[in-house]
Amino acid sequence: MEEGLPLIWRRLPERYGLKGNYCESCKQAYFPKRLICPNCRRKGKLVERAMPYRGKVVSYTEVFVGPEGFESATPYMLALIELENGVRILSQLVDAQKGKIKVGAKVEKVFRKIVDGNEEGAIGYGYKFKVV
Amino acid sequence: MKLERWNEKIKTGEGEKMRNVSIIGGSATKFGEHWELSLRELITEAAVKAVADAKIEGHEIEHIYGGTMSPGKFIGQEHIGALIADQLGLNPVPATRVEAACASGSVALRLGYTAIASGMYDIVAVGGVEKMTDVGVEAAGTALGAAGDQETELFHGATFPAIYALMARAHMNAYGTTEEQLAAVAVKNHHNGMLNPIAHFHKEFTVEDVMNSGYVASPLKLLDCSPISDGAAAVILCESERAKLICEKPVEIIASAQASDTLALASRKSLTELMATKVAAKQAFEGAGLQTKDIDVAEVHDCFTIAEVMALEDLGFCKKGEGGKFSEKGKTKLDGEIPINTSGGLKACGHPVGATGVKQAVEVMLQLQGRAEKRQVDGAKIGLTQNVGGSGATAVVHIYKAKVGKR
Repeated sequence: MEEGLPLIWRRLPERYGLKGNYCESCKQAYFPKRLICPNCRRKGKLVERAMPYRGKVVSYTEVFVGPEGFESATPYMLALIELENGVRILSQLVDAQKGKIKVGAKVEKVFRKIVDGNEEGAIGYGYKFKVV
Repeated sequence: MKLERWNEKIKTGEGEKMRNVSIIGGSATKFGEHWELSLRELITEAAVKAVADAKIEGHEIEHIYGGTMSPGKFIGQEHIGALIADQLGLNPVPATRVEAACASGSVALRLGYTAIASGMYDIVAVGGVEKMTDVGVEAAGTALGAAGDQETELFHGATFPAIYALMARAHMNAYGTTEEQLAAVAVKNHHNGMLNPIAHFHKEFTVEDVMNSGYVASPLKLLDCSPISDGAAAVILCESERAKLICEKPVEIIASAQASDTLALASRKSLTELMATKVAAKQAFEGAGLQTKDIDVAEVHDCFTIAEVMALEDLGFCKKGEGGKFSEKGKTKLDGEIPINTSGGLKACGHPVGATGVKQAVEVMLQLQGRAEKRQVDGAKIGLTQNVGGSGATAVVHIYKAKVGKR
């Protein structure tokens, strides 16, 4: 969906560089970053950490009817990916023939346009993944 | 965990200070594409019919709770609580709008329940409504997608069918569930919908029809998905002792439980179960002192066929992973082991999101009062509803028991 300029700007570290965070108390990584560690809550020591760019497909779907802003992109592949550190992330899958997309397939992050420009002309860029 | 404290409260009798609450009347509008009706007309029709069904006067209502998900996006109107009281001519009765995505109706019901159980009020009206067809399908999909995590799901093009499709694929991968088994859920619910006058669809489908209906988000096809509907439902709640004096067949709410989970699917440990449903179900069964086998009839949240399969497992009607086979074998049909979604469910009765939870309660009320006509489950005494918000970030389970009132 289309997002306002401030929201797009706020999310640049997360969407461009997979920046999440990590709780030094319970050794758990989070993406997107959490303000409070659900395991340790206020005792948790959260520090910024980029997620690994590689992972594997846990589940996937081919979407034929998208939300607003995706009319020209359908059909597209969406996947739930488990990154090498165990953190899961939802992302589009690109640049792969259908036969190569399956549960367990190894993927890596690429940088792509997610949605066309909004009314302010801001284009939503971010991560997608491709099968390697 | 809090669950243990809650159970302890029940055991020690501390919980007995709460009063019992019964449904004394209820009704729903026809569900469907109502181009001729607006939100205010839908909720007014449901409310007026519910008040008439309860044989009370509108001025006896002490509080109104109205469940609705996204009227701001669907019709450009917020402040629905006040709108309902206004339209019903009941000002200055307090009226509160309740939102929990597709579980808005059940959360409204639960708030009505707590308002009476607490002793604050004796008679409360609970409504649910959604007017979805004033906008196009992409805009409706975007509004519904906001029930998930906007920043990490909807932004990337994850619609609700897509999120449930990811769960369906994971379930198929883990347990061998097949697309044909999912189709059996849709076929059964469309059959039940044929018998329900308010259902959005009155059309039978075969497994083959479902299999040929085209992917919306693979492996889910068009006929695996609940429709975009307009509709409203309402129930009148009353303190149980008083309910017995004014109602022939009150339906007591013997358990009300709600749980939450992460907004985003990716943050959850399991893709093949809804933790919130399991927690709410455990609380509800323990609170009522019952087990799954005691349930005679249930309305579960089948926004997609895979959702009904997971609900069967999470509520304990069958073992984990066997929901597909259980459905395919016909165990959930009207004459099966446990009739599920006698109304036609979200799939065939329709899914005006805010109305759904209240409609589930209306259907169970009709079943327990013996008023469900052609879809009546013989001798149904105990019913259950399970209503889910988003992809499982909210789940609400209610258990109901038929009671005998005056005469």
